[in-house]
Order: sequence, then C-alpha cells, then structure tokens
Amino acid sequence: MTDIKEVSYEEIRHLVSDRALEGETMLLNMGPQHPSTHGVLRLLLELDGEKVVNCIPDVGFLHTGIEKNMESKTYQKAEVMTDRMDYMNPLGNNLTYVLAVEKLVGLDVPERAQAIRVILAELQRISSHLVWLGTSALDVAAMSVFLYCFREREQILNIFELVSGQRMMTTYFRPGGLWRDVPSGFEQAVREFLEVMPHRIDEYEALLTKNPLFLDRTLGIGSISAEDALNWGLTGATLRASGVSYDLRRFAPYSGYEQYDFEIPLRTEGDVYARYIVRILEMRQSLRIIEQALRKLPAGPVRSSNRKFVPPPRSEIGTSMEALIHHFKLWTEGFSAPQGSVYVATESPRGELGCFLESDGGPKPYRVHFRTPSFDNLQVLPKLSKGFLVADLVAIIGSVDIVLGDIDR
Amino acid sequence: MMSEKLSQHITSLVEKFEGTTAEFAGETTVIIPAERIESAARFIHDYLGFKFLSCLTAVDYYPQDEPRFHLFYRFNSIPEALSLNVRVPVSGINPSISTLEKVYSNANWHEREVYDLFGIKFEGHSDLRRLVMPADWQGHPLRKDYPLGYEEPQYTFNYEEISVRKPKGSRE
Amino acid sequence: MGVEQKLGEMGVVTARLEDVVNWGRTNAMWPMLFGLACCAIEMMSAQAANYDMSRFGMELMRPSPRQSDLMIVAGRVSRKMAPVLRRLYEQMPDPKWVIAMGDCASSGGVFNNYAVVQGVDEIVPVDVYVSGCPPRPEALIHGVVTLHEKVRKEKIKDWA
Repeated sequence: MTDIKEVSYEEIRHLVSDRALEGETMLLNMGPQHPSTHGVLRLLLELDGEKVVNCIPDVGFLHTGIEKNMESKTYQKAEVMTDRMDYMNPLGNNLTYVLAVEKLVGLDVPERAQAIRVILAELQRISSHLVWLGTSALDVAAMSVFLYCFREREQILNIFELVSGQRMMTTYFRPGGLWRDVPSGFEQAVREFLEVMPHRIDEYEALLTKNPLFLDRTLGIGSISAEDALNWGLTGATLRASGVSYDLRRFAPYSGYEQYDFEIPLRTEGDVYARYIVRILEMRQSLRIIEQALRKLPAGPVRSSNRKFVPPPRSEIGTSMEALIHHFKLWTEGFSAPQGSVYVATESPRGELGCFLESDGGPKPYRVHFRTPSFDNLQVLPKLSKGFLVADLVAIIGSVDIVLGDIDR
Repeated sequence: MMSEKLSQHITSLVEKFEGTTAEFAGETTVIIPAERIESAARFIHDYLGFKFLSCLTAVDYYPQDEPRFHLFYRFNSIPEALSLNVRVPVSGINPSISTLEKVYSNANWHEREVYDLFGIKFEGHSDLRRLVMPADWQGHPLRKDYPLGYEEPQYTFNYEEISVRKPKGSRE
Repeated sequence: MGVEQKLGEMGVVTARLEDVVNWGRTNAMWPMLFGLACCAIEMMSAQAANYDMSRFGMELMRPSPRQSDLMIVAGRVSRKMAPVLRRLYEQMPDPKWVIAMGDCASSGGVFNNYAVVQGVDEIVPVDVYVSGCPPRPEALIHGVVTLHEKVRKEKIKDWA
C-alpha cells in the first residue's frame, strides 16, 4: 500500500518537449500536497527557468467511486452521495440530481418548493464564490480577503443549518420537492443577509478591484479566446469571461429561472482579472434573484402529492392505511423508474453541471454520470499556463475555480 | 415538443449516417453506428453548428455482449439553444472506437476517463493513459462485472469474526 | 500566575521535565496544511475569523511536512492518495500526531467501495477521531483540545 509506482520517462515522453531529454528544461512535481493547488491536484511541470513550458495535470487523488456506489443504492439513498461530490456546491448537486430523477419518472414540483430551491441554490452560488474569492486572493498574497469572505459565508451556512440542520451536506432537496418546509425564521434570515451583502461585496472590491498589486498579478494572465474556450468545453464564469454568453439558467431554464430578471455578466478579455470581475458581478446578480424569489415566495405545499414517489407526511401515517403502505414501500424498496435515460444540466457556480441518469426499470439507478464543470475547466490548464511564470500558474489555477471532488468524483 | 430546427438536424443526421432514433421523456436520441462516429461528429460540428461537446460517457450492458457498451454524447449549439443526444453502440469484444479529440478538444479527458473506468479504447487518441485510477490499477471499475469492493463494517460483537475473513495486510 | 510564589531568590522554577516539554508541545502545535475534501473547507472555516483556531496556538499551518507536527486528515483518502499520505506522514519529524477529521477519514463514511480507504488508520496511526460529515468547526476544535489533553499526559518513558 505504501509503494508509489515510479512513472518511467518513456511513459510521459510524448507529453514533454525534446529539450527535457537533453536536460535543458527541468521537470518539477507540484502537488498533490501543495497549498496553491486547491486540493489534491498534481501537476508535472516542465520548466525553463521559471517559465512553464509544459504542464501535465494528474488527477484522481480524490476518486471516490461515487458513480459506481450510487448504482447500488435506491434513488433516494443515492442522493446523499451527490452532496459530497462538488463540496462547495452541495445544494446545487442535489438540485441537478433531483431534477434528473424528476424528469426520469415525470414528477411535478410545487411552486413554493421551486422558489425555495432557487433561493438556496443562489445562496450556495454566493457561498461558493466567497470561498473562491478568499482562496484565490490568498494565492496572490492578499490574506485579509479570506477572513472577510468566510465571515459572510458563515452567515449563509447558518441559513442552511436553519432549514436543514446541517451546514454543508444538507440533502435538503428531494425528488418531488423539499425535505420539509422552511422554518419561520427563514425569510427574516435571508432578508438580513440581503441587506448586508451588497456592502460586503463593495468591501471586497475596495480591497481588490483597483489594487495595483492585484492588477499586476491578474491582468493579461492566462487568457483564452472565445472560440478556444468553447472548443475546450469551458463553462461557467471561465467561459463567460471570454465573451460567450452561455448560462444554463437562460439556455435551458429549470426550477422557474425563466421568471426572474437577471443579467449574465460578460467580459471579453478572458484573463484572470476578467474571471474575477465576472464572478463578482455574478454574486450581485444572485442577490437580485434571491430578492425576487423571496418577494414572490408563494404559500402552499413543498412536496408533490404523488404518493408513488414522495413519502406521505407523518400526520397521515397514523390515520391512513394507504399512507402507511406507501411510506413502508418507499423506504424499504424505493420507487421504480421507467426504462430509459435522461440528461439534465444546471448552472453550478463553476459552470455546467450535468447529470446523466439511466434506469433499467428497477428501484436503483442503472448508471449515473456527472458531467462536472471543473473537469473540463481544469483540462485547459496546460493551454492557459504555457509561457507564464510558476507564480502566474498559481493565479490561473485559482481563477478557473476548480474543486477536486468535482473532477474526480 | 421538439423544436423544428432540431428535428431537421436529426433527420439529416439519420439520413447521412444510417442512424436510428429513440424517444424518451420528450427527448430524441440519435443512434449512430460506431464506425461512423468520427465523420458524424465532424458533420455535427461543421455543418449543424453544435460547437460544444457537453457530455461524453458510457453505459455497460453486461452480460449482453453485442453491443455491450453504449457511448453517450451530448452536443450543444449555443446560438440556437439546442441540444443533441447521440448514442453509439460498441461491441464488448475488444471495445474500441475512434476518438473525437480532433474535433472537440475537450473529448481528450472525457475519453481518457471512459478508457480508465470502462476499458474502451479510443483509436488515434494522443494520450490514452489512465486518468483517475493509479497507473498500475487492475481492471475497469465502472464495468458491471467489477465488484463494488464493499468492506463489511466491524462492530464490537463481530469484530473477530470479520477480521478472519479480511484480506491480509489490511487493518490489524 | 502562581509562578511568583515558586520563584526562589535565584529566579528558578523547578518542574518535571515531562510537564514542561508536554506544555511546550501542546501550545505551539503546527498542523500541516493538508486538505483532501469537504472537511478541508470546514477546517478553513475553523481557521477563519468566526472560529479562530489560533486561540489554541494552532494558527500556523505549515504547507511542508518537514515543519509540522500534526496531520489533520480532512476528507476521504482514496487508494491513489494513500501512498502519498503515508509518505507525507513519514516526512514529518517526530513527535507527530494525527487527527482523523470526519467520517470518511475515520471509517470510510458513506463511501464503502473500491476507491476509498476504509479509515485512514489503515495507513497511519490515529490519535483522535472527529465524527461528523463534515464535522462542525467546533467539533474540530474539540478534537484538537482532546489531543492537547492526550499530549499533556504523555510519559517520558514512552518518548523513545
């Protein structure tokens, strides 16, 4: 178990330049334990002095076998695994998965549940962007931003804890609606957050947007053209910073996103700074969406009344024999889905998060695959980093906003 | 309620590449024979305008052998707001298919992942190594005949009993 | 506090070597900056302003194993990561301690499959297990304080 297999030079011969053979350039290992790789990413760098000639990412250090493991669980139980995939966006992962299940079995979701889903998904987007902002600013040596960002993040996590009892891995969205209705203090807590957050974003911007040290580290670094970005499958803010307006909330609206009025921030430079600006603007747009959703939050049930797929409320179990049978069936053998496959994509904080779900007619998914945004966003790193310094590489990794759990699954 | 444009695209694709279609949950999937996928992808990219490969994965239908695998592709056309699903059956005996890397650059890692987890070879791929599993790993985990690798949880009352059964070298 | 009475005319305090060394070790523990998965984010929260782990002498995260004496295994350990983790552990100078943070590091958690090591104690000796998925920052701090208590009780004959 403790043996590390040495990779022979022949195996990676085709990935490095001829100069490496003669010893003109140096091969250097960065990671998997490195403070700036945002997790357990390993990069094999070919360096000419301090300049990156080739960058060969090696992933899989966090491969968890989630896709295989989900095949052995019922549809409801498998959802627990999705939280832990992209751990900066647990609610977004839940949302993608439950949307896929709902499409597979043809389940309706009440209006109130959809509005709450939107509010929580947008809060999650802000919290994810806050972690990104804090850590990527830390990478370019701006320490204090991290402390401010985590202060606001705690406020969001408190809201999650309020509704679900857990700070991160909530599993709050369920096929057909929500786990239960939000408690009474929810709207108040979200309003308080909406009140402080715009000023807090101003504070971050005051620290970074016009900071000459920050500009020096980010302007013109790691740029990519729109055409290349599309061909490399980039999504999310990384793609929008190159000038392609692709946002799943507009492209294929889900959970009623078509009712909300928001803009898709765009830049054309495609460098590290543009990605920073796009994400900052996205946070502001998310606040707009939350405000609209909160204003129109309708009353009513939060779970579908289709008892074949959604467990009955506790109160019914004591009085109705049928409800008891449904409850028992759902929690022992689960529900069966018709044979077929669906693909559903949502806009995660990092880009297109897709769920491919195939059913063989039984109560367990036959095959689950997640098309994750970080996977494609990291893939382009060799292209982005070529010719830049090692210190710039760190800024570039920070700017594409990868989560290793999202890549390896 | 498929848009007219998408159904035109699908019809032209089916005619040109001897494909068939399948319907499920309001979406149409085009099934294309394995030997024609590369030219079909070029057609999809250059003529139909789907410039974005959004998903590439595989499904294993073990113990069925012919075809054992299905590859699933999803292409997006951003200006037209359309998505196209394509499936390609692949035989279970020496599974291989040509790569799409030259058309869609991001197919590179997706194909490496499929190779790693399903053991499907991609002809003409520039760097076909394992992606997520260690380089010396045996087998392809996402195949249906590969065990999940479940380890029995040990409690105080059955600790000894399970310890005996456990493979050597694991927890003492 | 209290030391003044014990100060003799020579300004010398006598104490047992064990106590002094253990006191020194507990109050300046340098954890290794080593995040694996979800728990790493909660570990960052514990470091940040709201929970402020530096109250326990833990603010200095060292990215290099050579400079650290505590490994917080924050997250699931895959089979590919296991040899790396072991090597990092071996690179740490003695004395060293390990906290298994979260269910995955303690027992494999919900991931009982081919890819995940069922508990990091299969690879390295663990001193404190912190439960939770992921544990709250308070839980991690509790784990750290528990480790401090354990270190304070260490005996000179066990140092080796």
